[in-house]
Amino acid sequence: MRQLVVIGNGMVGHRLVEAVLDRDPDGTWQITVLGEEPRPAYDRVSLSTYFDGATETDLRMPDLSATGNVELRLGQRATGIDTESRTVTTSTGDTLNYDALVLATGSSPFVPPVPGHDLDLCHVYRTIDDLDAISEAARGARTGVVIGGGLLGLEAANALRLLGLQAHVVEMAPWLMPRQVDEGGGALLGHLVEETGVRVHTGAALSAIEPGDEHAARVRLGEDHIDTDMVVFSVGIRPRDEIAHTAGLRMGPRGGVAVDATCRTSDPAIYAVGECASAAGTVYGLVAPGNAMAEVVADQLAGGEATFTGADTSTKLKLLGVDVASFGDCHCETPGALEVVLNDPPGRRYAKLVVSDDASTLLGGILVGDASAYAGLRPLVGHQLPGDPLELIAPAREGGGGLGVDALPDEAQVCSCHAVTKGTIHSAIADGNDDVGSLKSCTKAGTGCGSCVPMLKKLLTSAGVEQSNALCEHFTHSRAELVEIVLSTGITTFSELIAKHGTGGRGCDICKPAVASILASVDGGHILEGEQAALQDTNDHFLANLQRNGTYSVVPRIPGGEITPDKLIVIGEVARDFGLYTKITGGQRIDLFGARVEQLPAIWGRLVEAGFESGHAYGKALRTVKSCVGTTWCRYGVQDSVAMAIELELRYRGLRSPHKIKAAVSGCARECAEARSKDFGIIATENGWNLYVGGNGGFNPRHAQLLASDLDSATLVRYIDRFLVFYTRTADRLQRTAAWIEDMEGGLDHLRSVIVDDSLGIAAELERAMDRHVSNYSDEWRGVLEDPDKLARFVSFANAPETPDPTITFDTERDQPVPAGPVPLGMPETPPATSGSGPTETPHPNPREA
Amino acid sequence: MTTTTLPTRADTGTDVWVAACPTNSLIPERGVAVLLPNGDQVALFRTHDNTLYAIDNIDPFTNAAVLARGIVGDRGGEPTVASPMLKHVFALRTGICLDNPDVAQRTHRVREHDGQIHVRAQPDQHHDVR
Ligand code: SRM
Ligand SMILES: Cc1cc2nc3c(=O)[nH]c(=O)nc-3n(C[C@H](O)[C@H](O)[C@H](O)COP(=O)(O)OP(=O)(O)OC[C@H]3O[C@@H](n4cnc5c(N)ncnc54)[C@H](O)[C@@H]3O)c2cc1C
Ligand code: SF4
Ligand code: FES
Repeated sequence: MRQLVVIGNGMVGHRLVEAVLDRDPDGTWQITVLGEEPRPAYDRVSLSTYFDGATETDLRMPDLSATGNVELRLGQRATGIDTESRTVTTSTGDTLNYDALVLATGSSPFVPPVPGHDLDLCHVYRTIDDLDAISEAARGARTGVVIGGGLLGLEAANALRLLGLQAHVVEMAPWLMPRQVDEGGGALLGHLVEETGVRVHTGAALSAIEPGDEHAARVRLGEDHIDTDMVVFSVGIRPRDEIAHTAGLRMGPRGGVAVDATCRTSDPAIYAVGECASAAGTVYGLVAPGNAMAEVVADQLAGGEATFTGADTSTKLKLLGVDVASFGDCHCETPGALEVVLNDPPGRRYAKLVVSDDASTLLGGILVGDASAYAGLRPLVGHQLPGDPLELIAPAREGGGGLGVDALPDEAQVCSCHAVTKGTIHSAIADGNDDVGSLKSCTKAGTGCGSCVPMLKKLLTSAGVEQSNALCEHFTHSRAELVEIVLSTGITTFSELIAKHGTGGRGCDICKPAVASILASVDGGHILEGEQAALQDTNDHFLANLQRNGTYSVVPRIPGGEITPDKLIVIGEVARDFGLYTKITGGQRIDLFGARVEQLPAIWGRLVEAGFESGHAYGKALRTVKSCVGTTWCRYGVQDSVAMAIELELRYRGLRSPHKIKAAVSGCARECAEARSKDFGIIATENGWNLYVGGNGGFNPRHAQLLASDLDSATLVRYIDRFLVFYTRTADRLQRTAAWIEDMEGGLDHLRSVIVDDSLGIAAELERAMDRHVSNYSDEWRGVLEDPDKLARFVSFANAPETPDPTITFDTERDQPVPAGPVPLGMPETPPATSGSGPTETPHPNPREA
Repeated sequence: MTTTTLPTRADTGTDVWVAACPTNSLIPERGVAVLLPNGDQVALFRTHDNTLYAIDNIDPFTNAAVLARGIVGDRGGEPTVASPMLKHVFALRTGICLDNPDVAQRTHRVREHDGQIHVRAQPDQHHDVR
């Protein structure tokens, strides 16, 4: 077997092994990978999500060592290469023979040798270990300075911000991201970044870092200075070419191991790929060119003739919530090229297209503030422009606007991370891959940075693939469409809706509760009023949660988790008197289990009298707004999280929705209320509140993402109003907010534009709808207790309303009643009763019989 | 406090008919549970076209007596109730579980008499279509 040794288990080294395995089904190569880091390859591009909730496991790349042909040696560094004997020595003293050797050692952050650069408070931003060190240092720190205002510097600044620090960015050039954007775009970018709370210092040269008194250090910028607790260097990268240099391989003009078009170094048995390689004199600092090199080497090793002839350095990113994209010849370096610029600072967008001298071919472009046109424009680079260039970057009109996918030629690259063309995707669709998920696994498109996913969706749609969103056999509409119908027709009953808009029949357990929820959220009114009662599932019908033995649980609302001792005593007394099992829930309240249907009114009578109201634990509705103690008690709190949680819970209680809604408010960035695991979560800042949306625990946990920051209380409430009404109107049945946002075209950006910028012009209507909800709210349980008709349904048997269901029995566990299990049938099977037969005969006091 | 009580019977021949509730108190598409003299329970329904159905109340998948609290509707035109427990759907006419045709609930005849709805205590012998 031939021996392949790969030095470096980073993104590109990983991709190389993957590509070799793909082309070597018979296992002719035995592969040994040396990785200096203690962990297997991870997604460095997404590294910053580590501060946004992603874990090491989330970032890990697929395991390749399972095939048996791959040996991963982690925590082992290659220390030397002997090109004569074709051996590599390692930090553990081993010697490995190779037939082919691939260098994939990546690069290391460059730290400028200014005075103080080696102080303990200086960090770099490249590995998970670096990030762990930064998190550690951020504890107790207040301010952090990032040196370098490029792509990575801004990511680092955001990380510091997420860690609760006041972040500063220092950039030597006159504007941020000078490599990707021009002056006009840079000006807007700087402005938008400042708005997120990060201080920007451009045209500022670092001269020294001095240990400080009050703060840990003083960063000197010529005459100016910033006092700070930590510094992160992000001024550029240096290829890790030491080992190749020592081995006598030829170097590139600006560092990096020189390689030819086949990615071979000056030694024909040795290849170099990724950020350590210098291809035609260029060291690429992006993953896509590295991946392309990895494919070339894998092909060469399999006897192929692939070559690497340069790569797309397009980038699209979202930094601190600001969209930035640049592609092709963005700096207009092609002779004779023309620029078409749209600069709209009030509209927070800057767009530039670079076109050929006859304005017929697209050469490149820059988008800042709104990069939604990127997915459509990038694949057009080098191709005929489908229309007036200004038209292409004009603000998107109703219905998406921008560029249709049909304008793209087949050879246009849709996914640049994996070099997948429109043609390839088309054939994959033709082969029956009819959703984004299967396109991803079949073509790899969309599995890198993800920015081409909207494009994949459009290609599916344009190929005529449409997923049915019919609610059930009774309605061809989705939930959102039914909301539209109800809103526009004013229909208030299920019967009318199904008669006019259904497919016939009388509905089912899917459409009925869904329509009940829509009617409730649009019209208000008691959910057990009139015909609506028959639409509710058992939980809503009995305003309690069904348990496995046919009993119900009772959850009174405890807003924000705050409760007086007197109320606690009432809960205790009710539970004791009705023999209920009690448990503190995960939602900061108390659940009383084991109530029989006919007991519910009496239980609630006591609770309502003591000032409790329904907690809607049974409904697809707002559940709880959890809170931490906040400023009231906690020495770290910066806002009154309890008061805010209570205000929000009381505002949104009773709101019916496509799925349950949970929320939380934390008093500071320590986040004791776990707000980021909620549909909407609020975290206090020095200046107000940060609003996060789209989190949940449950089956598929999601961290909520930042929608807007440093809001005052009134704005916060307004945004949440809009968010919730927009959600209840447009989400699918049983779709939590996270999935709703993921499915939304344009995702979080679009949501933000609707909620914050009112891009659809519906904000006022959404707020009015919420105001109506708030003023129409009344406690559902009180409504039942006051209405004899509704109360009459809380009976065990129509013909024996007070008789407990004989199948319900209890055992005792840890001093509390629990369902006797396995749940017994109350009576043995008996043959059909004949006249006069039956158990004990007692006179029957059924009032209805009288 | 609750007392254990048993329903009265309205006899006709050998059939035992149990008075369930006044006709006008059974809301369309919302079931009620009825206790039989032998302690069995049935779930009694009125569909929107005013047809009455009764099937065993105990959900055979979970043994909880809850079918009366399910959502009434139809599947492919067949009137149904969905168990609130694990959402199995049962045909009201035959008692057959449409999600698992090996399982069937017993059905009971229902009639209206003197302003009362009566359920026959004996289950039907076959899954005869009414
Ligand atoms: C009682 C409680 C467990 C406890 O003892 O702590 C509970 C109990 C139930 N949960 Fe829960 N969940 C409870 C907190 C949670 C939490 C934690 C939280 O809210 O902070 C979660 C994860 C957070 C989340 O929802 O994002 C949680 C995730 C779920 C899920 C999964 C949701 C998802 O999106 O995947 C379900 C299933 C569903 O809703 O479809 C569920 C469903 C249920 C149901 C309603 C299941 C059912 O249909 O019978 C349980 C019955 C509640 C009852 O009878 O009162 N429960 N459940 C908690 C009640 C909180 C409250 O005061 O209202
Ligand atoms: C925060 C951050 C964000 C980024 N965002 C983007 C982005 O949005 N888009 C984009 O295209 N790119 C981005 N990049 C760049 C991208 O991560 C790199 O281009 C890519 O990781 C390069 O892969 P590589 O395998 O060449 O190097 P690396 O991923 O750095 O892997 C090299 C590995 O080799 C190991 N190694 C080095 N020397 C030895 C030795 N002697 N023996 C054993 N092991 C050794 C190193 O420890 C390292 O694990 C980002 C980078 C960072 C840090
Ligand atoms: S989140 Fe902050 S304010 Fe709230 S309890 Fe935790 S540390 Fe205190
Ligand atoms: S362009 Fe990055 S995943 Fe497709």
